Amino acid sequence: MQMTGAEMILEVLLREGVEVVFGLPGGANLPLYDALPRYFPRIRHYLVRHEQAAAMAADAYARVTGRVGVCFATSGPGATNLVTGIANAWMDSVPVVAITGSVVRSLIGRDGFQEADITGITMPITKHNYLVRDVRDIPRVLREAFYIARAGRPGPVLVDIPRDVQQERAEFEWPEDVRPRGYRPPVEPDPREVERAARLIAESDRPLILAGHGVILAQAYDELRELAERANVPVITTLLGISAFPPDHPLYLGMPGMHGMHWNNLAISEADLLIAVGMRFDDRVTGRLKDFAPRARVIHIEVDPAEVGKNVRPTVTLLGNARVCLRALNGEVRYKERSEWFARLEVLRREYPSLVYPDDPVEVRPQYVIQKIYEMTDGDAYFVTGVGQHQMWAAQFFRGRRPNSFITSGGLGTMGYEIPGAIGVQVARPGDLVWAICGDGGFQMTCPELATVAENGLPIKFAIINNGHHGMVRQWQQLFYRGNLVASRLRNPDFVRLAEAYGILGLRAVRREDVPAVIDRALRHEGPVLIDFRVKQDENCYPMVPPGASLQETIGLPEAYRVLDPKSSAVEVES
Amino acid sequence: MRDGDIRRRRHTVIAQLEDRPGALNRVVSRCRQRGFDIESLVVGRSETPGLLRMTLVVDGNTDAEQVVRQLGKLVDVLDIRDVSDEDTLVREMALIKVRWDADRRTPITEVVRAFRARIVDVSPASVIVEVTGDEGKVDALVRLLQDYGIIEMVRTGRLAMLRGPAPSHPPLEPLEETYESCPVPQPR
Repeated sequence: MQMTGAEMILEVLLREGVEVVFGLPGGANLPLYDALPRYFPRIRHYLVRHEQAAAMAADAYARVTGRVGVCFATSGPGATNLVTGIANAWMDSVPVVAITGSVVRSLIGRDGFQEADITGITMPITKHNYLVRDVRDIPRVLREAFYIARAGRPGPVLVDIPRDVQQERAEFEWPEDVRPRGYRPPVEPDPREVERAARLIAESDRPLILAGHGVILAQAYDELRELAERANVPVITTLLGISAFPPDHPLYLGMPGMHGMHWNNLAISEADLLIAVGMRFDDRVTGRLKDFAPRARVIHIEVDPAEVGKNVRPTVTLLGNARVCLRALNGEVRYKERSEWFARLEVLRREYPSLVYPDDPVEVRPQYVIQKIYEMTDGDAYFVTGVGQHQMWAAQFFRGRRPNSFITSGGLGTMGYEIPGAIGVQVARPGDLVWAICGDGGFQMTCPELATVAENGLPIKFAIINNGHHGMVRQWQQLFYRGNLVASRLRNPDFVRLAEAYGILGLRAVRREDVPAVIDRALRHEGPVLIDFRVKQDENCYPMVPPGASLQETIGLPEAYRVLDPKSSAVEVES
Repeated sequence: MRDGDIRRRRHTVIAQLEDRPGALNRVVSRCRQRGFDIESLVVGRSETPGLLRMTLVVDGNTDAEQVVRQLGKLVDVLDIRDVSDEDTLVREMALIKVRWDADRRTPITEVVRAFRARIVDVSPASVIVEVTGDEGKVDALVRLLQDYGIIEMVRTGRLAMLRGPAPSHPPLEPLEETYESCPVPQPR
């Protein structure tokens, strides 16, 4: 069938099962937008206010659905505005296909109006990218882009299509098999390595599982749980592994690392075996690398061969999809009693508490807000966060009940992700409750997207943990820069009135006693809500591993928190 | 490239690339991004249309396994291997422009002959010497010619090929598995 390049793009999207696109039109992708209504409502389009939100919403949509997220942008500034969102997807291994319009072919390389070399710019932050110069290539290139985005370790792919290519007509030819001959990610692990891994687990007296995003990307929740229970090994989840394992499970230990549980950091240092599943030993997890897990051998279960030995050299490597690898391993492991290890972990949990904070009668403690949100939603929601202190508290106190319900920017640490992220999640899960846990700093990086929220009636609940600062920056300045607070204090707008300006219900909690009431009010409101939680301004996030320090050097909770009797004046939330 | 430093351990990595726009750019970009110190890089056509062959030499302190794995991930890289410890034939070519007059004629000609190099261009005041060999041989010739005044020099960098009948890269296996066998999570 003859069609234009623009129609070909949309035809491929349909055939790839794409239902949702986030984007913003401009000169160089107008032919695409011109053709778009003919594909409504099979393809829905969400207009964002800044292209970064298109990339981030597509990223979050992909995270919760396991499908490829798609975003559109025009050439030049439209395309460069996608960059942060694409980098975010790259760092966190999220399948996204970004389709950008480009200046007409005759202007490429001649500094045409709104020209940017976006394939050059995104080369280091995409798995692959393309500039399509021939309309007949569109079906193959786009289909290949979808394949690459989700195969092996997922990630973003960008396809740049000049405006005149979008307008040209040609015969649409659907390619069945587009797998590039140069990209063959591993799928199934070597059976001999699986046996060796099982032997290491059987020999181990003090093992730990470190589960990362790879478990979620492979949807290997059941397999992870089976490994933990079958082999009797406690589970630590990295920031992006949170919600890969039930937080109320007796084998669950929480998060490790820079703001992880103090007991985990010490347990990792005592462990004799780490079973790392779909995680890449990020510096926020390991602390100073040379002192990381000094007594442990390592089994690395990983789909990306380049991650093996990059930071930590494993004894045994299972290369492949986490679900396939775990299934193979589960067939080989046996239960082992490890009462001494579990007793030791109990001692660590008792002696190094990490989830206690003062039961402040007046001021709003940020931890209290987050804990209340989990409690009052019964954990039955999606929780999207920004980056900073609120993110770390949300991770520490996580009590979500669904697998893959904690959506956050890990590797890149993209402040402002919470708003477009929540949009992507709510679009993907229209019937479910979505809470965006926001920082007052990051919120202002993407708050024009409140218009996108309001326009589409997305009933997201935004909780701004408003401490009037870039809180994590202030914390570092206090701890590592002699208290020299520079550019970390924020003079914020009136967030309630800001919400109202967008036609969104705005609420505020100033005292502790307001908190349950406003959360309850937000939960009863059918549309979007923004809550301005005026929290204690100088609260710092602990435990903390100072930058460059080892996990053994974790700074525990402030003494004042620990001496409090948990029963009378402090909130004890450890399970 | 460090002149005269022939004993220093380097890693030699060879690869097969798609002959597509940006392929070389991606290789170089990934090396830069990951901090791999490129000493030399040679890319050219291979016996197969559409395929390029590349020889990459990286600094001895660079983790060659990471080089192979990071570059191997690129869609345009079909096969890549570290051949530093294998039986390879290694060659480099250099063109060296040397000052030339009646006094220099005989000694230069003798040096060139001893190295089985060739004089490929002669002008009243200069000659261009072409030499092919491993880096050690090229370096040695350069040192000797320095006495007569080198005007300029250009070197290709290292080319490497496995010795013996086996190809340096295995033939591409056909993709047999179906899409489904590459586990893509099922939407829930």
